[in-house]
Amino acid sequence: MRKACLDMVYELAKRDPRVFFIGSDLGAGTLQQFKDEMPDRFLMEGVSEANIIGIAAGLALDGKIPYVNTIATFLTRRCFEQIVVDLCLHDVNVRLIGNGGGLVYAPLGPTHLAIEDIAILRAIPNMTIVAPADAEEMCRFMPRTLEYQGPIYIRLAKGGDPVVTCPEHPFAIGRAIVMREGTDALIVTTGVALKSALDAATLLGERGVAATVLHVPTIKPLDTEAILTCAADVPVVVTIEEHSVIGGMGSAVAEVVAEAGFSPGKQFRRIGIPDRFPDQYGSQASLMERCAITTARLVEVVTELADRVGTPTAPRRSSV
Amino acid sequence: MTASTASLADLKARAKSIRKNIITSTTAAGSGHPTSSLSAVEIAVALYFGGILRYDPKNPHRPERDRFLLSKGHAAPLLYAVLAEAGYFPVDQLLTLRKLDSPLEGHPNMRRLPGVEASTGSLGQGLSIGIGHALAARLDGRDARVYVLIGDGEIDEGQVWEAAMSAHKFKLDNLVAIIDQNGYQQTGATKEVLDLTPLAPKWEAFGWSVQEINGNDQQQALDALKKTSQVKGRPSVIVSKTVKGWPIQTILSKDPNHHGKALTQEEMKQALALLDAR
Ligand SMILES: Cc1ncc(C[n+]2csc(CCOP(=O)(O)OP(=O)(O)O)c2C)c(N)n1
Ligand SMILES: [Mg+2]
Repeated sequence: MRKACLDMVYELAKRDPRVFFIGSDLGAGTLQQFKDEMPDRFLMEGVSEANIIGIAAGLALDGKIPYVNTIATFLTRRCFEQIVVDLCLHDVNVRLIGNGGGLVYAPLGPTHLAIEDIAILRAIPNMTIVAPADAEEMCRFMPRTLEYQGPIYIRLAKGGDPVVTCPEHPFAIGRAIVMREGTDALIVTTGVALKSALDAATLLGERGVAATVLHVPTIKPLDTEAILTCAADVPVVVTIEEHSVIGGMGSAVAEVVAEAGFSPGKQFRRIGIPDRFPDQYGSQASLMERCAITTARLVEVVTELADRVGTPTAPRRSSV
Repeated sequence: MTASTASLADLKARAKSIRKNIITSTTAAGSGHPTSSLSAVEIAVALYFGGILRYDPKNPHRPERDRFLLSKGHAAPLLYAVLAEAGYFPVDQLLTLRKLDSPLEGHPNMRRLPGVEASTGSLGQGLSIGIGHALAARLDGRDARVYVLIGDGEIDEGQVWEAAMSAHKFKLDNLVAIIDQNGYQQTGATKEVLDLTPLAPKWEAFGWSVQEINGNDQQQALDALKKTSQVKGRPSVIVSKTVKGWPIQTILSKDPNHHGKALTQEEMKQALALLDAR
């Protein structure tokens, strides 16, 4: 996905002279061609993220479209003030590409884990947040960034992520995508967690629980209409994401569902990274397991909640 | 675009009128940063009325214009007084400073007031934005120049020095930083809070072309700004030694910094009289 994204920046730059790439001492490998062919618009800067955001803002105020790429934590946390003031208050067309959204950089330790990037950026007016599920969706999304007004944060996953989206779903910023439909439960997901959601829905189907899977690649602005439509008639709503349970997509969905005034009894649960720094060191997969952001856990939670309400296809079981 | 050459007497008259407007607008608002604004008047006057900055109040977004960024955004009363004097909006409007629904907010908001190039107020961020403008101009083949006014307390911010390194790397000879070295920051003398003097050798070490001037001397301010256009291959900085509150600091002698406070009615009367007597 990361390679697809950066390759797309190169492609966009070839056809649109407004496009710049700005890095902070990172990620030159994939972009050698960009540097060779369009050196004036390829800036590899020092380890100085705050300054880079300001430069990007200045370029954008003059009509350019800078794509700024570095590790997500250093982009979002180090530069929060610059993102708020220089990018969002000015409402400029800068695209932030954050490497390693979630637990991707587990081997590098907690300094490199972007587990609250969505939460903090979601609170800023004018910000748009997009987390595609795979490389192909990334390629459908990136061209949209040329004509879109305002700053965009693009959350990258590890790379080599399995392709789960399909070209039949054209990408529109701000639109959620119904990946499959069912009447017993709604699973809402963003980014690479879509894979777990789809796998879980298959397993749930085998157990007689029909689940809708709603993929929300744009976390802000949130497609509240799609969420409310999908949530209206199901008794169970579960969100899953590779992000803190505080403030992420799950929180955003909770806000919408809570304010919708659905009849009482609708079950809601967030699956995400618990509110603590990792108490274990390991690979991304092992931390995902530790945080229980897995297909198995999703199946378990949906089943438990469906049991609680007693769905038509899976009548309430007496005991488990 | 405006690029007139005015006589020194003209410039001094402008400076006096701008100073009065800084004082009356902040006192009318009952708050603001008059002394932070007053120290940098000569630099701003030289830029806007000495034929340095090319701008067009009737076409404020014209791409060919030069850019002035007030990185020390709390000196907004200075920027507003200058923009009014330059014809961006009527001078009367200055008295709406900090009033409900006025575009003259406590810190400059570029989305609400034409002529304001950046929304500042969070110190340390303007020079980086200036680099972006300077790079864009160079790439587009525009000869636009970018001027950034920075406080001497503001340069405590690490980002200023990131930008200093970066501007040098890009050899941005269309970028000029002006440090308003008035010797004070919010809580006291810069020498006591965080002493970064001597400034000139620091900027020289970062590869910049440096001039040191008495920034409250109108002729020196004008000459220094003019000279920056002859510098090639590197950015310019003017270390502008000024007096905070100049020249009315004498009536604020109990607190020479007088940071972030409007003058009282009585102080205002004295200050205006003092300006008229000069
Ligand atoms: C990032 C940031 N920190 C703190 C402040 C609060 N503040 C406003 S003015 C000021 C002092 C600035 O001193 P200086 O740059 O020397 O400006 P002067 O008023 O002396 O011209 C401070 C700390 C701010 N506006 N932005
Ligand atoms: Mg100062």
